[in-house]
Amino acid sequence: MKEIVIISGKGGTGKTSITASLAYLANKNVVVADCDVDAADMHLLMQPDREGSEDFYSGLLAEIDQEKCIKCGKCAEVCRWNAIPVIDNKYVVQPLDCEGCGYCALVCPTDAISMNEQNVGKWFLSNVKTGTKMVHAKLGVGADNSGKLVAKVKNEAKALAEKEGKEIIIVDGSPGIGCPVVSSLSGASYVVLVTEPSVSGIHDLKRVYELVKKFGIKAGCIINKADINSNKTKEIHTFLKDENIELISEIPYDENFTKAMTMGKTIVEFDDGKINQILENSWKKIKKK
Amino acid sequence: MKIAIASGKGGTGKTTVSTNLASLLAEKYPIVLTDLDVEEPNSGLFISGEKIHEEDKYKMIPEWKKDDCILCGNCQKVCNFNAVMKLGEMIMVFPELCHGCYACSELCPTKSLPMIPKKMGELKHLKLGNLDFIESKLIIGEEQAVPLIKQTLDYVDENFSIRTIKIFDAPPGTSCPVIEATKDADLILLVTEPTPFGLHDLILAIETMRELKKEMGVIINRFGIGDANVEKYCEENNIPIIAKIPNMRKIAEIYSDGNLIYPKIPEVKVQLENIISFISKYQQENTL
Repeated sequence: MKEIVIISGKGGTGKTSITASLAYLANKNVVVADCDVDAADMHLLMQPDREGSEDFYSGLLAEIDQEKCIKCGKCAEVCRWNAIPVIDNKYVVQPLDCEGCGYCALVCPTDAISMNEQNVGKWFLSNVKTGTKMVHAKLGVGADNSGKLVAKVKNEAKALAEKEGKEIIIVDGSPGIGCPVVSSLSGASYVVLVTEPSVSGIHDLKRVYELVKKFGIKAGCIINKADINSNKTKEIHTFLKDENIELISEIPYDENFTKAMTMGKTIVEFDDGKINQILENSWKKIKKK
Repeated sequence: MKIAIASGKGGTGKTTVSTNLASLLAEKYPIVLTDLDVEEPNSGLFISGEKIHEEDKYKMIPEWKKDDCILCGNCQKVCNFNAVMKLGEMIMVFPELCHGCYACSELCPTKSLPMIPKKMGELKHLKLGNLDFIESKLIIGEEQAVPLIKQTLDYVDENFSIRTIKIFDAPPGTSCPVIEATKDADLILLVTEPTPFGLHDLILAIETMRELKKEMGVIINRFGIGDANVEKYCEENNIPIIAKIPNMRKIAEIYSDGNLIYPKIPEVKVQLENIISFISKYQQENTL
């Protein structure tokens, strides 16, 4: 089974629009996973019909039983996050500050502190308009542990692909280089880097590729909005050549991406000309990897 | 006063707003701009200045000293992050999983896991006229952005008075790095675009900021593209739209070269002035 992960470093390069287009072109032959759980948008283009959903629990939060608390203050003393201030003469855990390490519970002399699993989001299994299935998720407001939810979405997508005999999983990753991205990359067979010819696009592409290299995964690149700045596009070409990354395709700046999105469509359903052709060729190259 | 520029969706123009707003304000007032998107910091690509300070930032992790270790395994037992493991006759530490809680170290009966500093990123402080610019960059392979964001915020608190206007370029999304970057802010400016993705992620960001009980204003970037649903949502939910930056290919081109927009596009300057009026009004009402 092949796992193709699409990432970008920088947000707003068109990663999700392109991922959804590739998924549309791949049709029934793939399972789709939206691992950008922080700002999951792919469902807006795939029209999922939810088949099932499940709460996701991960990470711990300290809770103090005020009946048992003798106000010795040991918990606050050991907490590195100053998450247990005294409010109205009581030691109270601040959920947004608590890291879930459990040190406070270990030192509490009266066992007044319990560590409880947190509901940090939900994941869904849906039927999408291309006749295949998609695994996606919604992270709870301000929740921690997005990396673990990413891993959950990916594992569910893998199990599903195995069950249904699909050979490819298409994964929409998240921006940045932190834990959700690391989670998206682990186990990937091929990475598609979506970038744009701007100072920030290039800066972020280079950083995220450093991370990809640490995983030793082969990568290809799609330059979106390639005609916005031809000098910067050349700079990207040089970088790709130096790093031996395949240039999969270049897509011109086109407001039809947005027009398609407002209709809940991928660009390949909306445009039957040049961009459709570019993306079809891109998918042909990617699926052979 | 602390103003955080945030957005749910990435690439909506947080960095454009942060750098242009800070530079325009700095024509008249002392301003501190801090890039808290430590995973992919971009503000520094648009701001130049003289480097006045640079330092490495560290997180504390345990290091195994085998001499006195009795291999009791207590360290593994107390670690909630699987960052310390007893493997045969050895204790292994996995630094990227460690959250630095000190439990294994301080609860070790033989003091065999002293905490040592491990570099997680770099902080840099530039100055250009009235503008102080601070940026931190996470080392590639480090998974946790939050400790570096926290230390960067501490640096700003230690070096500037409470009255100085501070602008923070926050990371995208709604999870822990965003919370860390916004939880001390007085005012949150959410940058979005008038598209279904923009609206979907704006709603998530608004819900998050409501949870934190923050005052908010919305800036619509690329105004004119897409549809009217962002405006409709903001009106229905009583969230002020404080600026509408027009959708122009020229803006994308200027941005792509790493240049500020407002000196070249007057329409953008007008919108930044709208943001400044909103901030002054807030400041007067809250006497910050």
